Amino acid sequence: MTGREAARPKHGSAGRRLLIAAALLFLGVFLVMPLLVVFSAALSKGVAAYAAAITDPLALSAVRLTLTVVAIAVPLNVVFGVAAAWTIAKFEFRGKSALLTLIDLPFAVSPVIAGLIFILLFGSSGWFGAFLQAHAIRIVFAVPGIVLATIFVTFPFVARELVPVMQAQGKDAEETALSLGASGWQTFWRITLPDIRWGLLYGVLLCNARAMGEFGAVSVVSGHIRGLTNTMPLHVEILYNEYNIAAAFAVASLLALLALATLAAKSMLEWREPQLGRHALRAPDRTRRGQA
Amino acid sequence: MTTPAAGPQEHRVRARRVIPGFGLGLGYTMLYLSLIVLIPLSATFIRSFDLGAGHFWTVVTTPRVEAALGLSFGAALIAAAINLPFGLLVAWVLARYEFPFKRLIDAVVDLPFALPTAVAGIALSTLYAPKGWFGRWLLPLHIKVAYTPLGIVIALLFIGLPFVVRTLQPVLEELDPEVEEAAATLGASAWQGFARVVLPALWPALLTGFALAFARGVGEYGSVIFIAGNRPMKSEIAPLLIVTKLEQYDYAGATAIAVVMLVISFALMLAINALQNRALSRPGTR
Repeated sequence: MTGREAARPKHGSAGRRLLIAAALLFLGVFLVMPLLVVFSAALSKGVAAYAAAITDPLALSAVRLTLTVVAIAVPLNVVFGVAAAWTIAKFEFRGKSALLTLIDLPFAVSPVIAGLIFILLFGSSGWFGAFLQAHAIRIVFAVPGIVLATIFVTFPFVARELVPVMQAQGKDAEETALSLGASGWQTFWRITLPDIRWGLLYGVLLCNARAMGEFGAVSVVSGHIRGLTNTMPLHVEILYNEYNIAAAFAVASLLALLALATLAAKSMLEWREPQLGRHALRAPDRTRRGQA
Repeated sequence: MTTPAAGPQEHRVRARRVIPGFGLGLGYTMLYLSLIVLIPLSATFIRSFDLGAGHFWTVVTTPRVEAALGLSFGAALIAAAINLPFGLLVAWVLARYEFPFKRLIDAVVDLPFALPTAVAGIALSTLYAPKGWFGRWLLPLHIKVAYTPLGIVIALLFIGLPFVVRTLQPVLEELDPEVEEAAATLGASAWQGFARVVLPALWPALLTGFALAFARGVGEYGSVIFIAGNRPMKSEIAPLLIVTKLEQYDYAGATAIAVVMLVISFALMLAINALQNRALSRPGTR
């Protein structure tokens, strides 16, 4: 890369500087400024007000709910992601590319619709509404609905990171272990899992960030009951709509810090494992072809 | 469809015999996929049949619904179109040039993926409000961003940018600069080299990035509603109208709008897939 850099003709270095400046200006205005305004507005009433806003009992219960939802949704999607990637990467079967498309479906669905579909199933006039009411089970406008909606919107993250990683890994190591007498589970825990750990972590990172920050889907199914069904993003919305701007941004700043931590960890993983994330927006077919 | 032509049958038999877990893996994958995604989504379509074709059409063609759908698709289209040249600029600079803090700036591009949409929404709204850091400078110019359709476009610009950059960047990195250099030695100007050599190789990625940003923008909710103003017929997006109808217990109306959006989104997704597969089968792109 540096060799190429040196070999490149030197003309147009003024144009090059202009392009870099324009790109940085664009990123600064459209991406960095919104981030800065979060922290600036959060501290606009001083550190004491900031501390009060994030230690408010309602804010704390929102943090607790968000962590609870993530603690359920992310592991479930991890188990699914590993199972799906194992199936897709290690075996040839009919309908594989259709399966990959189906796994990506939730990304094509508006968050609001992701919430709506669970209202249509479990709401009082939904398919299972009468049954649930008869047995006094609440799903919608309660925590289970929030968990379901979160699982739906974060569904593809782990699977779509792991599929290319496992495909690149091949199956020689597993076949060797198995032929030496290891059981299927032993092979998975000792050979496959250690090999995919960075890809898995990468997927978990993205899944976690989206799960903690999800707004539209959760907003539809939550019912906005303060202290009970308000996640952090919903708490931010309520404070903001009450013109409690500094407090809204104080809670928002926690989510922004989470986003920054996610980006930092993501960059470190990409630096360590350069192939990670490069396929994130592409059809999985590409990576398969890439290694062929 | 994409199984290699050379002996898939024999391959499958061998793989099944050696590596276990195909039945368990596929079974669990299909079960979880059906429970979380397929059954709930099909339930939505089936619920919309309850409406009957005539009633469905009436709901979808009310002026307020038409305006909301038009706004969601129109704003997403404009934002994706603006993101195309700027995303190309950012991707080009990141792929081709070295400059200080490049890694940091590269990471910043993913901020819209990582920042919760509600946080982006209140931040943009505060920036562009008449008293905000940007709004106060735009006010004397009589440019109103917050609480207008222009605000919606700004929010969708924010949300869509990484899709364009991250689709273009790897393609630009794979593209050999020597081809442009050859064009330059043959007397082409930098712009000619770009327009005649780089751009033709880039168009599938440009189209894909555009489609991804557009698809995301159409359904976007959190980052938009705070800056949009949400006035019916003027600045009310389709996802918000779904929420409004749900709050009024108009499940049929909400479902009808959702089905229209789902059909268009799925069509877009299939188009993106086809586009990417086509780009891959083009010889000489790698």
